[in-house]
Amino acid sequence: MTSFKSTLAGSVVFAAMATATLAVEDTIKVGVLHSLSGTMAISETTLKDTMLMLIDQQNAKGGLLGKQLEAVVVDPASDWPLFAEKARELLTVHEVDVIFGNWTSVSRKSVLPVIEELNGLLFYPVQYEGEESSKNVFYTGAAPNQQAIPATDYFLDELGVEKFALLGTDYVYPRTTNNILESYLKQKGIADEDIFVNYTPFGHSDWSKIVADVVALGADGKKVGVISTINGDANIGFYKELAAAGVSADDIPVVAFSVGEEELSGLDTTNLVGHLAAWNYFQSADTEANAEFVETWKATMGEDRVTNDPMEAHYIGFNMWVNAATQAGSTEVDAVRAAMYGQEFPNLTGGTAVMLPNHHLAKPVLIGEIQADGQFDIISETDVVPGDAWTDYLPESAVLKSDWKDLGCGMYNTQTQTCVQTLSNY
Amino acid sequence: MFRLFLASLALVGTCLTASAQEAALQTILQEHRATIAESSRKTIGPAIDAIAASGLPQAQRMLETWAAKDMWMRKSDGLFFAGRKGEGRTYVLTDFDTGATVGSFASSELAQLKPNSGIRAMIGTALVRFQLSDPDRGKRLSALDSIQRAPEAVLLPPLRASIEAEPDVEIKMRKQRLERLLTIGYDTDHRARVQAIDDMSDGLGLDLRAALNPLLVTSRHVAPALPDEANIAAVLEPGREGLSVVDAYDLLVARDLAPPRVSQDDIRNALAAHIVGGRVGDVPVAQLDTDAARAQAYAALARAGAVPALVTQADMAAAVAGHVFFDAYVEPSRAVTEAAQQALDRIDLKVGMNQTLDLALDAVSLASIYFLAAIGLAITFGVMGVINMAHGEFIMMGAYTGYVVQQVIPDHTLSIIVAIPMAFAVTFAAGVAMERLVIRWLYARPLETLLATFGISIALQQLAKNIFGTQARPLTAPGWLDGAWVLNDVVSISYIRIAIFVLALIFLALFLYIAKRTRLGLEMRAVTQNPRMAGSMGINPGRVNMLTFGLGSGIAGIAGVAIGLFAKVTSDLGSDYIVQSFMTVVVGGVGNIWGALAGAGMIGFLQKGIEWMNPSNTLAAQTYMIVFIIIFIQFRPRGIIALKGRAAGD
Amino acid sequence: MDRSFVARNPSVLVFLALLSLFTLVVTVLSEGFGIGVISTSFVKTLGKTLCLCLIAVAMDLVWGFTGILSLGHFAFFGLGGYMIGMWLMYERTRLIVVDAMSQAEIPPTPSEVVDAIGSQIFGVVGSSEFPLVWAFADSLALQLMLVVLVPGLLALVFGWLAFRSRVTGVYLSILTQAMTLALALYLFQNDSGLRGNNGLSGLQNLPGVTAAQDIVSIWFLWASALALGLGYLLAAWIVAGKFGSVIRGIRDNEARVRFLGYSVEVYKLAVFTLTACLAAIAGALYYPQAGIINPEEMAPIASIYLAVWVAIGGRGRLYGAVIGAAFVSLLSTWFTGGQAPDIPLGFYTIKWVDWWQVLLGGSFVLVTLFAPQGIGGLFDLWSNRRHPDRHGANLGPDAGSLREKEATQ
Repeated sequence: MTSFKSTLAGSVVFAAMATATLAVEDTIKVGVLHSLSGTMAISETTLKDTMLMLIDQQNAKGGLLGKQLEAVVVDPASDWPLFAEKARELLTVHEVDVIFGNWTSVSRKSVLPVIEELNGLLFYPVQYEGEESSKNVFYTGAAPNQQAIPATDYFLDELGVEKFALLGTDYVYPRTTNNILESYLKQKGIADEDIFVNYTPFGHSDWSKIVADVVALGADGKKVGVISTINGDANIGFYKELAAAGVSADDIPVVAFSVGEEELSGLDTTNLVGHLAAWNYFQSADTEANAEFVETWKATMGEDRVTNDPMEAHYIGFNMWVNAATQAGSTEVDAVRAAMYGQEFPNLTGGTAVMLPNHHLAKPVLIGEIQADGQFDIISETDVVPGDAWTDYLPESAVLKSDWKDLGCGMYNTQTQTCVQTLSNY
Repeated sequence: MFRLFLASLALVGTCLTASAQEAALQTILQEHRATIAESSRKTIGPAIDAIAASGLPQAQRMLETWAAKDMWMRKSDGLFFAGRKGEGRTYVLTDFDTGATVGSFASSELAQLKPNSGIRAMIGTALVRFQLSDPDRGKRLSALDSIQRAPEAVLLPPLRASIEAEPDVEIKMRKQRLERLLTIGYDTDHRARVQAIDDMSDGLGLDLRAALNPLLVTSRHVAPALPDEANIAAVLEPGREGLSVVDAYDLLVARDLAPPRVSQDDIRNALAAHIVGGRVGDVPVAQLDTDAARAQAYAALARAGAVPALVTQADMAAAVAGHVFFDAYVEPSRAVTEAAQQALDRIDLKVGMNQTLDLALDAVSLASIYFLAAIGLAITFGVMGVINMAHGEFIMMGAYTGYVVQQVIPDHTLSIIVAIPMAFAVTFAAGVAMERLVIRWLYARPLETLLATFGISIALQQLAKNIFGTQARPLTAPGWLDGAWVLNDVVSISYIRIAIFVLALIFLALFLYIAKRTRLGLEMRAVTQNPRMAGSMGINPGRVNMLTFGLGSGIAGIAGVAIGLFAKVTSDLGSDYIVQSFMTVVVGGVGNIWGALAGAGMIGFLQKGIEWMNPSNTLAAQTYMIVFIIIFIQFRPRGIIALKGRAAGD
Repeated sequence: MDRSFVARNPSVLVFLALLSLFTLVVTVLSEGFGIGVISTSFVKTLGKTLCLCLIAVAMDLVWGFTGILSLGHFAFFGLGGYMIGMWLMYERTRLIVVDAMSQAEIPPTPSEVVDAIGSQIFGVVGSSEFPLVWAFADSLALQLMLVVLVPGLLALVFGWLAFRSRVTGVYLSILTQAMTLALALYLFQNDSGLRGNNGLSGLQNLPGVTAAQDIVSIWFLWASALALGLGYLLAAWIVAGKFGSVIRGIRDNEARVRFLGYSVEVYKLAVFTLTACLAAIAGALYYPQAGIINPEEMAPIASIYLAVWVAIGGRGRLYGAVIGAAFVSLLSTWFTGGQAPDIPLGFYTIKWVDWWQVLLGGSFVLVTLFAPQGIGGLFDLWSNRRHPDRHGANLGPDAGSLREKEATQ
C-alpha cells in the first residue's frame, strides 16, 4: 500500500516539475508529439528528428520574436489514448505554443478533442483521408484530392487503366480513400465489377493469393492497375510477392500512396522498377532548396538516411508558422491562426505552397516511378492543387465546405447555407 | 490515327518516295515539339504517328531512344537529341538524322524527356512494325510484348507477314499464338474468327480469356418490342433475374421514357421551396417532422400542380410492363458470340479446377510457413511442455542474423548458406542460455514460465529495436530464388515459397531422425515421459532438457531466416507468428511433430479457404479462423493427433 | 457476518481508508476542486490507474485465487469501454445534429436525425448506415446494462465451452489469448460496425455536460475510486467465505475438489464471469477518461501486461494486485513519458524511452524467479507471516502441483 503514498509523492513531484518548467528562462516552446516507441516509431522518429533539426536551424538564425525556440519532445508510444494525454500535458503542463505531431488518423482523432478544448495549434504532416476540418489543426499533408485523385487520373488518362484493384490496409485512411476513389471511378464511367477492393491487416505478409487475384483480373482483356494504400511493413511482403509473380509495371502498374523513400529502403527495388508512387515531394526533386535540405539532413542523421514527403510537410508547416508568428508579432494561437491564412512558402520541389482558409495547403502533386536505387524518378507534376477538406466525390461531403477565415466554420453546408458544427466530429 | 499511319507507311514502302528521304526527323519533331515536351498520352498520339509514318530509317532508333528516357531537348533552341551521360553533370548529344555528335552540354541547359509508361507503350506499338523482323531477338520479343499489351486490328497484317520468315522456333510459336488471338478479336471474316476460337479453346491462358471475354460484353437495352437485328444475350423480366422493378424503372427514367421517382430528399426540398406563411399545402411547417405529414403536404402541392406527382408502385409497374428489357452483345456476329461462349464455358471449368489447385498450393505454402515457425515450438512446448513466449523473438533473432550476415557477405547465395547455420548457432545459444538461467527453475510452474518468457520476449524485442532501429531491414533472397514456378496462367508459386516448403520438409525429416534414430532423441523422449526414471537410468535430465530446448530454439532461428526472406525483418516479426504458432501446436496436438504438421496444414488450408470465400477482406478470414480454432478445441481439446495413455500426461 | 468479515480481514479496512484518503488528497490538490497542484492530465492518469487497479483485482480473483491464467480479461475491459463509448458518441453526435438541423426550414423526421447521426459517426470510415450493434445506443440505461451484460455473456459462453471440455492450464491461457485476438481482429474490421481501427473517440466530452475537463476528471476519479472500493470489498468478501476456500482448492488441486463433490466447472464459470463483469465496469470507467477506445487496446499483449502487474504486485492477495497495477502502470507512464533522466555512461547514454521495456521485461523475469510473491510479499516480512515448512516437497502428489513457495496465502 505504500504505492499510494509513492503515487502521491510522485504526483507532487510531477506538479513540482510542472511549475519548475514554467520558471525556466523565456523561450518559445514547440511541442513535438511523435511516437518514439511502439509500432509507429518506425515513421515518426524521423519526423521528431526533422523538427529538432528545423528548430536548431531557426535558433541559429536568431530564433523567433527575439526569443529562442525550445523543443518539448514527448513520446506517446504509438498508444492512441496516450496521444490525448500527452497533448494535454504539452498544452497545460509545458504550455507549448504550437504542436507538430501525429502520424495516423486515429492518433489525430484522439488528440482533436483536447486541442479544441484547450485551443491549441497542431500541424499534422501526413497525407490523410480528409473529411475533417478542425479550427486548431493545420493539415500540411495531402488531402485525397492532392494525392489519390491525381494518381487515379494519371492511371485513367496516361496509362489507360480500365480495371482497378484497390488494395489497402484495413484502417480509416484506406477505407475512406477507397470509398472516395470508388465513387470517383464510377463517375468516370468505370463499372462496379471493374473495381476490386481488398483489405488486409497491418503487417500482413502472405500476399500470394491477393497478387494472384489481381493478375486474374486481366482475364477480360482490360488493363488492370493497382492503387495501393497498403501501410508500412506490409508493403515489403507485397512488393516481394509482386516481384516474384513477375508482374511488370508495364502490365499491371501499382501506384502507392503510403510508400516513400523510407519504406523502399527496406527492400531491394530492382524488380519493382517502374511502379509508381504519388506524393507532394520526392527526395529526387531537382532544386537547390531540396539539395540543401537533403544535405543538411544527411549531415545531421547519417549518409544513408533518406528524406520523404511528411518531412517536407513539417518543413513547410514549421516555416509558415514561424513567418505567421513573426507577422502577428506573437505566438498566441488565434493571432497566429489569423496570420496563417494566405501564408506562402517555397516548396522543396519548386513553386510555392499557400495556406488556404480551410487549413490545407495548395501544392503540386508529383508522380514518381520507382528506380533500382530505391529513389523515385519524377515523371509527372500537376499544377498546384488546393487541398480539399471535404471531398467532392461523395454525395454527403460534396455539399460541405471549410472556410475558417471568412465563414469561421469548418463544416459549412453550402446547400442549406448553415454551419453544421464548429467543433470536429472526432 | 493508327490506320492512317499504316496507310501512309504502305504508301512509303511501295513508292519509296524521295521526299521522305529529304525530310529530316528533326523537322517532324519540331512540328510536334509542344506535345512531345508536354509528354501526355492524351495528346502525344499524332506526334508518334507522324514519326512512325515518316518512313525514315532513323525513326526506329529515335523512338527507342525516347522510350529509354535518353532523349533530351536543348533548351536554347528546342531541338531534340539523343543524350549520353558525359563528364560530371554534362551530357553528350547526338543528332538523330546525321548520327553526328553535337557536343556536350551541362544538364542545366537541357531538359530530359521522360515518357511515362503509357507513352512508352504507344511508342512500343509504333515500333512493332520496325521490330517484328528485327535481327535482334530481344527487339522481336519486345515487339510481341507490345502487341500483347495493346492488341490492335492494324497489327494483324504485319504480324502475319512476319511469321513465315521467323527463324526462332520459340518466337515463331508465340507469333502464331498471338496471330490466332488477334484473329479472334480483329479479323474481318467471322468464319476465320470462329475457326480461331475453336483452335484455341483447349487453352486457359489469361491472354486467351482476355481475347474472348470482350466478345461477350453486353449492354442493357429497353425497347417497346424486341428488335430483330440485335445479337441478344438475354431477355430480362423485371422483378426477376437480377433486374428489380425499381431498377427497370430507373432504366426507363435514364432513357427519358418515364418521369423520375421522387426521393425523400426531393420531397423535403420541394416542401422547403413552397413554404407560404409558415405552412406548406395547409400543413404547418412545425408538424412536418414525420414522413406521413410530409407526404400529405406534398400531395397537396402536387394537386395544386406546384410539384410533379409522386410515382407510385403501380405507376412503376405499369411503365415497366410496357417495355422489353434485354441484354445485347456489342459484338454483332451471333456465330462468334456463340463460339466464344462455348469456348469460355469449357475454359471456365478448367480455370476453376486450376484455381483450386493454385489455392491448394497457396495453402500448402502457408501451412509450411506456419509449420516452420511452429516446429521449434512443437519441440519446446509440445515435447517438453515449456511455454516459451519468446519463441517469436528467436525467429526474429534468426532473421536479424540473416541480415547481419548479408551485410558482411554481399553475395546473396553465399550469405544465405552462411546465415542458416549462423542463425541456428545464435538462437541455439540463446535458447540454452534461457533454459539454464530461467526455465529450469520453473519446470514445475508452467504458468510462470509463460510469464517469465514473456518478460524475456518484450526485453528482446526492445533490444532489437535499440540495436537495429525500428526500420524494416532488407534480407534479400539470392537471384535464383527470384520469380515463380509457373505451371500456367492460373497456377504459379514463387520459388521462395517452394524453398520454404522444402526447408520445412527437411526439418521434419531432421527432427524425426534426431528423435527416432539418435541417442539424444532417445534420451529426449525418455526425459519427456518421466524425468525421474530417466535420471535413475543414468541420463542427465538437465543436460537433455537444455539440448532439446536449444534444438527447438535453433530451428526457430532458421525459420526466421526463411520468413525474413519472403516477408520483412522487423523487431515485431516474431510477435506476428507467436499466437499462430501456439495455435498450430495446440490444434495439432501436443507432444508430437506430426501434430504440428497436421495443425499447420489445417490452419493453412482453412485460412486460404476462408479467404477464397471472402476475397475482399483478409482480416475477416483471420478472425473466423481463430473462432473456428476455439470451437475446434472444445471438441478435440487434445488436438488433431492426441497422445493416448500415460504419455498424455495430466 | 459483516463484523466478523471485517475483523478477519483488517486489510480491507486499511485499504478502503487509504483509498478514501488518496481520493480526498487528489481532490484537494486538483485544478478543478482544489489548489491546483496536480494537473488535470495527471488527475486523469490517476483515475485511469484506479480503473486498472480494479481490473487487476478481477485478474487476481481469477488467477491468484482460482488458478485460471486468463489472458483475455482486457477483452472484457475493452468491451465495457465500447459499450459506454457507443452511448457517449451517439448522444454527443445527436445533440450536435439536432442543433444543426433545427436551423433547417423543414423540421427533421426522426429517421432523418438518425441518418444524420449515422453519417456523422460513420462518415469518417466511409459509410452512414447504423449497424445492428448500435440498436440500443440511444439509451443510456440500456447501454449501461450492456456494459455488464455483453462481456458477462461472452465470458459465460466462452467459459462454459472451455471449462466443459476441461481445457486447463496453459491451454486455457492460449485459448483465452486466441479469444482476445479474435475479438480484436473482429473489431479491427470496419465491417464490424464499431469504426474499425479508429474506434470510438472524443469520449471525454460528456454529452450535455458543460463543465470543464478539470471538473469532469475529478468526477471520474471519484467514480473510479468508488468502483475500486466496492469491487475490492466484493472480491474480499468472496475470497473470505466458503466460496473462496473452494476456488483456492480448485487452484491447488482441481481433481481433489472435483472428487469431493464440488462442481468445479460451475465455480470456475462463476468466477470467470464475475471477473469479466468487474473488468467491464473498470473499462467503462477507464475509456471516458482516456478519451478514445480502439481495438488496439484489446490486443493480446494488454492482457499479458495485466498478468504481469498482478504477478509483480503479488498474486493471491488482493492488495498485491492493486499495488502491482498502480506501481507498474505509473512507473511505465513515468519512464515512457520521457521524464526519467537519461543516464550517461560515457560511451553510451541510456535513454529510458528505449530501455524501459528491457528493464520491465528483465525485472519481470527476476520477480518470477526470485520473488514469486511479488511486492506484496514485503508485507509478509512486516507481518511476520510464516509459510508452512515442508522442506521443499510438493503440496500434492502430481508434478504439476504447487511447491510450498507459492502455497502461501
